[in-house]
Amino acid sequence: MSAHVAVVGGSLAGLRAAEQLRSAGHEGPITVFSEEAHLPYNRPPLSKELLADEGEPTADDLHARVAFRRRKSTEDVDFQLGVGVEQADLAAGTLQTYDGQTHEFDGLVVATGLRPRRLRVTGPEEGRHVLRTLEDLIRLRGQVRPGQDVVVVGAGFIGCETAATLLKKGCSVTLVEPTGAPMNRVLGVELADAVQRHHEAAGMRFVIDDGVHGYGGGDAVAEVQLASGGSLTVDLVIESVGSVPNVEWLEGNTSLDLSDGVLTDNSMGVVGADRAVAVGDIARFPNPLFDDVPRRVEHWSIPTDTAKRAAQSLQAMLSGGQAPDAPFAPIPSFWSDQLDLRFQSFGSPSLADEIRIDEGNLDALTDGVLATYLRDGRLVGSVAVNLDPARQRRLRDDIAALAP
Amino acid sequence: MHVTVDMNLCQDHGQCAIASPAVFQMNDDGKLEYNGNPDDSLRDEVEEAADVCPVQAILVED
Ligand SMILES: Cc1cc2nc3c(=O)[nH]c(=O)nc-3n(C[C@H](O)[C@H](O)[C@H](O)COP(=O)(O)OP(=O)(O)OC[C@H]3O[C@@H](n4cnc5c(N)ncnc54)[C@H](O)[C@@H]3O)c2cc1C
Ligand code: SF4
Repeated sequence: MSAHVAVVGGSLAGLRAAEQLRSAGHEGPITVFSEEAHLPYNRPPLSKELLADEGEPTADDLHARVAFRRRKSTEDVDFQLGVGVEQADLAAGTLQTYDGQTHEFDGLVVATGLRPRRLRVTGPEEGRHVLRTLEDLIRLRGQVRPGQDVVVVGAGFIGCETAATLLKKGCSVTLVEPTGAPMNRVLGVELADAVQRHHEAAGMRFVIDDGVHGYGGGDAVAEVQLASGGSLTVDLVIESVGSVPNVEWLEGNTSLDLSDGVLTDNSMGVVGADRAVAVGDIARFPNPLFDDVPRRVEHWSIPTDTAKRAAQSLQAMLSGGQAPDAPFAPIPSFWSDQLDLRFQSFGSPSLADEIRIDEGNLDALTDGVLATYLRDGRLVGSVAVNLDPARQRRLRDDIAALAP
Repeated sequence: MHVTVDMNLCQDHGQCAIASPAVFQMNDDGKLEYNGNPDDSLRDEVEEAADVCPVQAILVED
């Protein structure tokens, strides 16, 4: 009756998992182990409002602006802050934290998300930044000043957003991207090229199809050396070159598939374990909206969607009750704010083999553009740029209709 | 049940209007309009709307 659930990871996925366990009827104790020192907070504003903000807010001010509200149902959830999990034995139901303690659990929620990938190149460490946590943001805010030369390495969504925010702040910003126009893996080449032209017109510079070979400088980075042989003068560098799933603490459990995040079934149950589920960015799960290939999805909407299903599954595993058997087909959804553009996507555009620009003019993105993404002639996603939000419902319903 | 949206935070993402169309609507100007005192029977969808708001602008109280 009073099974103990350990939630490892205390960000959006961990929080939603705790809330949804209560909604699913779990009455036993819940402990959330969180490597971070803060109660769960919202990451998207880190590259947007919180980076843009002038003023001299303290770490607590910044946290207060993005902290998630605590629901009544989770008032008794034990948040162990600053207590990372070093390893867990899923068959034995025990975990060890970095402070040397051992804890027992009956059910486990894996919610350890991602950390930024780092470039392995030569040169000074000082002046190199990443942006994933509040501490990263505070460090970056402490060094960035208007007028500085900033290089952002990696023109994915977070890199482009960060670059856009710093440009608005008065920095001189160059994006270095080895594999084509910004965000082209998701947007497709045609729209990506249009976004690049748009951002260039606003003053952002792009170095495309070239990578970072090393950094130069004394104590701190002063120069970015490019693979092509050229170089860029810099005051600071932000590396936004993808992420690595935080799975090391699970590695002792050889029955799990940790090859890219944690493999789960369609109900978020961890494959190779009995009473464990995975939630959020770390979970690699099949989505019948598209096919039966398990994939990780790094969108903000996914922790909330997967937490609900995972909690129902875990509650059924712990209580012997009936798990929902309807296929789980969450609709991937993300947004991004860059200068005067707002992107809103539904579905999985990156799966497409054909892209149609259904509305608007690629040379006037601010007036609104709709791109539709197809695979084998079948809809898989859409990206709206600056379209009226009232239209989102319809765009989302079109993806929902893909459900088998 | 009492619902407030912090209109200084709201960026008209419209995710709330997808989760709970009975309570949240995007008007013709693309701005949010909402019912601050929805019926208790709508609690689940209103809480879902609060969860999916990207800027966490929605406060649900008893
Ligand atoms: C700067 C930035 C901007 C973003 N903007 C957008 C956006 O505009 N739109 C969008 O859709 N998405 C955006 N995202 C993505 C979104 O924030 C993520 O999808 C979301 O944070 C995933 O939540 P999560 O809880 O699964 O993982 P995470 O947020 O990565 O949380 C995992 C947590 O687990 C902790 N942890 C890791 N290992 C351990 C361990 N061994 N023991 C204990 N704890 C551990 C970590 O410290 C962390 O707190 C953005 C992300 C970033 C970083
Ligand atoms: S989801 Fe949030 S930001 Fe979007 S319209 Fe609703 S309240 Fe505003």
